[in-house]
Amino acid sequence: MAIKVYVPIDAASLSVGAEAVAKAIAAEAVRQHQSVHIVRNGSRGLFWLEPMIEVETGQGRIAYGPVEAHEVAGLFDCGFLSGGMHAKRLGPTEEIPYLKRQQRLTFARIGVIDPLSLEDYRGMEGFNGLRRALGMAGKDIVEEVLGSGLRGRGGAGFPTGIKWRTVLGVAADQKYIVCNADEGDSGTYADRMIMEGDPFMLIEGMVIAGVAVGATKGFIYLRSEYPHAFRTLKKAIALCEKHGFLGRSVMGSGKAFELEVRLGAGAYICGEETSLLESLEGKRGQIRPKPPLPAISGLFDKPTVINNVLSLACVPFIMARGAKAYAEFGMGRSRGTMPVQLAGNVKHGGLIELAFGVTLRELIFDFGGGTASGRPFRAVQVGGPLGAYFPESLLDTPLDYEAMAAVKGMLGHGGVVVFDDTVDLAKQARFAMEFCAIESCGKCTPCRIGSTRGVETIDKIINGEEREKNHALLDDLCTTMTDASLCALGGLTPIPVRSALDHFRQDFEKPVRIRMAAE
Amino acid sequence: MALIKELDFGTPIRVSEKTVTLTIDGVSVSVPEGTSIMHAAMNMGTKIPKLCATDMVEAFGSCRLCLVEIEGRKGTPASCTTPAENGMKVHTQTPRVAQLRKGVMELYISDHPLDCLTCSANGDCELQDMAGAVGLRDVRYGYKGENHLGLAKDESNPYFTFESSKCIVCSRCVRACEEVQGTFALTIEGRGFNSRVSPGGMDFLSSECVSCGACVQACPTATLNEKTMYQIGTPEHSVVTTCAYCGVGCSFKAEMKGNELVRMVPYKDGKANEGHSCVKGRFSWGYATHKDRITKPMIRAKITDPWKEVSWDEAIGYAASEFKRIQKTYGKDSIGGITSSRCTNEEVFVMQKLIRAGFGNNNVDTCARVCHSPTGYGLSKTFGTSAGTQDFKSVAKSDVIIIIGANPTDGHPVFASRMKKRLREGAKLIIADPRRIDLVKTPHVMADYHLPLLPGTNVALINALAHVIVTEGLVKQDYVRERCDMEAFDYWARFISEPRNSPEASEQYTGVPAADVRGAARLYATGGNGAIYYGLGVTEHSQGSTMVMGMANLAMCTGNIGRDGVGINPLRGQNNVQGSCDMGSFPHEFPGYRHVSTDATRVTFEALWGVPLSGEPGLRIPNMIDEAQSGGFKGLYVQGEDIAQSDPDTKHITGGLEAMECVIVQDLFLNETAKYAHVFFPGASFLEKDGTFTNAERRINRVRMVMPPLAGLGDWEVTMKFSEALGYKMHYTHPSQIMDEVALLTPTFKGVSYARLDALGSIQWPCNEAAPEGTPIMHVEKFVRGKGNFIVTEYVPTEERVGPRFPLLLTTGRILSQYNVGAQTRRTENNVWHAEDVLEIHPHDAETRGVKDGDLVQIASRSGDIALRAKVSERMQPGVVYTTFHHAISGANVITTDFSDWATNCPEYKVTAVQVRRTNHLSQWQEEDRQHSIDTRRIELPAAAE
Repeated sequence: MAIKVYVPIDAASLSVGAEAVAKAIAAEAVRQHQSVHIVRNGSRGLFWLEPMIEVETGQGRIAYGPVEAHEVAGLFDCGFLSGGMHAKRLGPTEEIPYLKRQQRLTFARIGVIDPLSLEDYRGMEGFNGLRRALGMAGKDIVEEVLGSGLRGRGGAGFPTGIKWRTVLGVAADQKYIVCNADEGDSGTYADRMIMEGDPFMLIEGMVIAGVAVGATKGFIYLRSEYPHAFRTLKKAIALCEKHGFLGRSVMGSGKAFELEVRLGAGAYICGEETSLLESLEGKRGQIRPKPPLPAISGLFDKPTVINNVLSLACVPFIMARGAKAYAEFGMGRSRGTMPVQLAGNVKHGGLIELAFGVTLRELIFDFGGGTASGRPFRAVQVGGPLGAYFPESLLDTPLDYEAMAAVKGMLGHGGVVVFDDTVDLAKQARFAMEFCAIESCGKCTPCRIGSTRGVETIDKIINGEEREKNHALLDDLCTTMTDASLCALGGLTPIPVRSALDHFRQDFEKPVRIRMAAE
Repeated sequence: MALIKELDFGTPIRVSEKTVTLTIDGVSVSVPEGTSIMHAAMNMGTKIPKLCATDMVEAFGSCRLCLVEIEGRKGTPASCTTPAENGMKVHTQTPRVAQLRKGVMELYISDHPLDCLTCSANGDCELQDMAGAVGLRDVRYGYKGENHLGLAKDESNPYFTFESSKCIVCSRCVRACEEVQGTFALTIEGRGFNSRVSPGGMDFLSSECVSCGACVQACPTATLNEKTMYQIGTPEHSVVTTCAYCGVGCSFKAEMKGNELVRMVPYKDGKANEGHSCVKGRFSWGYATHKDRITKPMIRAKITDPWKEVSWDEAIGYAASEFKRIQKTYGKDSIGGITSSRCTNEEVFVMQKLIRAGFGNNNVDTCARVCHSPTGYGLSKTFGTSAGTQDFKSVAKSDVIIIIGANPTDGHPVFASRMKKRLREGAKLIIADPRRIDLVKTPHVMADYHLPLLPGTNVALINALAHVIVTEGLVKQDYVRERCDMEAFDYWARFISEPRNSPEASEQYTGVPAADVRGAARLYATGGNGAIYYGLGVTEHSQGSTMVMGMANLAMCTGNIGRDGVGINPLRGQNNVQGSCDMGSFPHEFPGYRHVSTDATRVTFEALWGVPLSGEPGLRIPNMIDEAQSGGFKGLYVQGEDIAQSDPDTKHITGGLEAMECVIVQDLFLNETAKYAHVFFPGASFLEKDGTFTNAERRINRVRMVMPPLAGLGDWEVTMKFSEALGYKMHYTHPSQIMDEVALLTPTFKGVSYARLDALGSIQWPCNEAAPEGTPIMHVEKFVRGKGNFIVTEYVPTEERVGPRFPLLLTTGRILSQYNVGAQTRRTENNVWHAEDVLEIHPHDAETRGVKDGDLVQIASRSGDIALRAKVSERMQPGVVYTTFHHAISGANVITTDFSDWATNCPEYKVTAVQVRRTNHLSQWQEEDRQHSIDTRRIELPAAAE
């Protein structure tokens, strides 16, 4: 019988040579007359170990990594097909502490299964949630989701169930489920891992949403920078259509749900839900004012559930195991688990799914192992490019929507980016404004002009021009952007700026000469 | 007089049966549900600062100046995008929003030139106003940052400039182009700070822009500004008046500086246009003061003589003596007159009164003869009134729109925009037209059915549509039984059900696939409110009247008459063609469409006018020309019409004119007809007139004098003086008195007066005791004639047929930038879009003749030949060619024939069999006309000053 070898097909793994490794294994197996069945799984999310390959043995799956193609022959020679010793041997995958200490509900299958194997998916509770949902009334499904305490994982943290309840309550000839897969925050990749590693879970989540609110058509709005996810999703949708999980009668229920993937065109702003809807309609990606809420008048002016990939991906678990099983995890009003994406200057970057409540310190040091450079930690930005920069003194803040807000930050989409002591927070503040300037849709004035003026004003501060006056101006600008912007891009850009000013004021006060000399 | 500044409510008006009550700054206000907080505030006179909001377009929420605070809500929502709700407590002025507004303005001004004092919008700029309103005193960012101040100015459009450096990217222009005009020519290019308004990446002139002016109207700054604002400066007073171009009858504010017109601004309270405009009305008024204007009366003994400028008295005296001499020599009926659809109701009324009472005959006709006379006949026979059934607003309630033989985006652009708005909302569209007109496929509009019938086969098509409705059981039986003459219906239904009227049988004539006809008929009959809009493609045929009745039959049998959203609507070509017909311009009818032979009517007129009137119908224009050719008709007074250019078979017309002994032309310019005239009365432009125009929806709009007549007298005064010189005195001192007389003599105008018009803005006739404020929709309870009358409409092919010598069918029409005979628009910058008439020809027909785009081609018919440049176009179908008649030198009517409508003599302009071949020279007529035009337009120079 062929020995199963798992080589990830996740884009992150591919970027560090997984494809060459897979080919090398296949070639070496032929050369050594070994019968090997290579499974292209998703990534376990331990990125410093990628390409991490696994072999299925009598003792379970044994991991090796990071593996380079030229090491494959050596692995064969060491008997890795039966879990043999090698310098890159990591032991049983599930025992790797980084993984073992996690609470993987959403990511339970990712890296474990072949992403496009319905058999694998169903073998690990796949479609249990949908099967249950199909036997329930829409309002009961909504109640279940409400009961789980699930909040939007895209960043806003709005209760998913309430959104669904609104859409359910609006009478319309057509409703839509839209999945926001325009994962644009720097340092985030959880959505991508799901789409590449467990696409059926997302599809199942969307179908359940459709069944719950009475929508028969879904769209996944995917950023064009994710070509692998695009291909995987297309294949997964085709398989679901073929096997009756999508189409006119989902699982023979008589309820219809169709699904399409649409590619974005490279604009960060299209991750904002109303802009996304405009783009999906074929228009310029520009913010729509609210009201009307998309739940009442969304895509093509029809009631629309628009949820992030992660939010929808939580739904199959909630429906399969029940709201309570999910809500048991977490703290306060943040229920369930959060897949944190640890990145930046950190030794062990990767995907860490844990119940809400874990502290930043645990993430950065216990999981991340401190900075990659080995230099002292100085700052961490939580929640993407619009998130706050926290100093060491705030590292005991737990991951929780309210706790983050209390320290003038936000959890966002779960991106955590670490910086060592070489970081200049004045420059990071400038970068925040610059990011906003580059990504602004240009519709509202505070964001369109304000972000550019923000860059210029911070430059003046850095360059020592009338610092006092310009600090006052920057503060006023931050207030204008926060309170007057049309959407969260302009509205949240002041968060990193102000956090840098609050916690790292000294970086804005360096004498110009010293700064010049340092550069 | 002051400059009229209309209130801007910021967001469009909302209509709802439910009202909500909220408190704004402590004051309670109730508004229809769906109204924005901004609009609600404006209702009570509270102006919330704003820049991106204006009530011509939907709220956008981009400028962030209109932020307010609402008790119990966090944040500072925009008042333009937040609907008012019951119990809301809104504060429009708080320290927090004051601070934010100032912050936003500071950002705006950091990227705006500081040249207010020399800016063309100085004093007329909302950005300037807002900077003041929010108390901006300092721009702390300085002016050295990134900016757009160096961007080039686009001056390509002849009427307005686009100065991107002054643009605040509020998108009002982009939205106006989309929502109001429906052209989608403008967009925002780039994103973030680089976001710029752009006409699609090219200059305005090369873009899809149709120069309707909606963007200029919407712009809050000097970015899109009329060139005249640069040249002249800001206006100081304004006069509300009515456009003198097409039959839409848009209301405008003429914004003036003394007697100089600075700009025409569409008037929001104008019911026909509701603040919208097209390139002609908005910008193309320069002809009014063009150097070609003749402002002195002139006379000459022979048309080969040069003109001699004389005093008004001499000109009128000479004309009167000639007319008296002619009547004495050739009899009472040897003279006549033609009224103008360009002139006011009052001027037309006086003109026909002159003829009936002063000339003592009924030889009066009007240019409607050559356009909508079949409408009058057909609708009068079936419904009982010679007019369209709806108001323009009705289209907003239509579910299925049929357009037959009309090209609204070119001919009636402002109405077309209304129609497009409804179509974008999802109404279905059926177009019957030989050409692929723009509406067949234009941004966000696509016809569900385009029935590209061959010219001349309208009746076959309309019968086929009716056949499907009757034979497939789609007739609205209840409606027909209640509202129509059942005997007539049964007779008609039997006729229409005959197999020869089926789509399959008529396909051989129309060329339209039977399946499409069936589909279109079912859609019209079952798709909800069905409305028919039509133009001269219906009337200008040998069966024009039959076709009008055919459409009326179709509408009646489907129950599509008598309520909002349905109806039969002629799109009238000229500003006052409805009015000129109403005012008794036809030889057989007194004002109000009452036959001259009806004694009771005649007696009323005789009593008031104090002279006996003839009960014999007079001559129609073609009859006048025929009579002239045969020697019995010798004197003609033509007011504001150019029959030598506009009427068919030019050589026949000019031959007739040449045979006359005294032709009086009253016009702005020495037009084509004036080449054959002996007396020239300089006319007054619409800017110099006081009176009323009646548009295609029967709406009587006031025309107000903006500047005094350049020639010293209004047209009505000239006619009155002429009448007096002929021995019949009239006593009016103001046009309002003429309208009073109209009201006295005409039942449908009974309630109309200038006082009522000024009070109501405009009135749609009938206006009387039963309808004191006018009648937007006709035939609501019952048809004017009682029961709707079905009339059998047998299809009789025109005698104008293609054959080996003339294998192509020529059809004519007009385009957006030029207007009819072009006398006005040719004397404006509009020539930049249409400098010459061209022949549109299908690539296949061009290929077989070796014709390439831009080649000079000869177009020959039985009547004559002309040469034009060819434009190879897939808008045409093979076998059909098309041209316009805007340029006199083209001589398009040299080739049209003398076939005409059987009932009304409306010429068959739309069908002429022609041959097209390449040529290298103009036609003989064109060559001769060029020389003739010079010879007959000479004006004797006044004797040199001593």
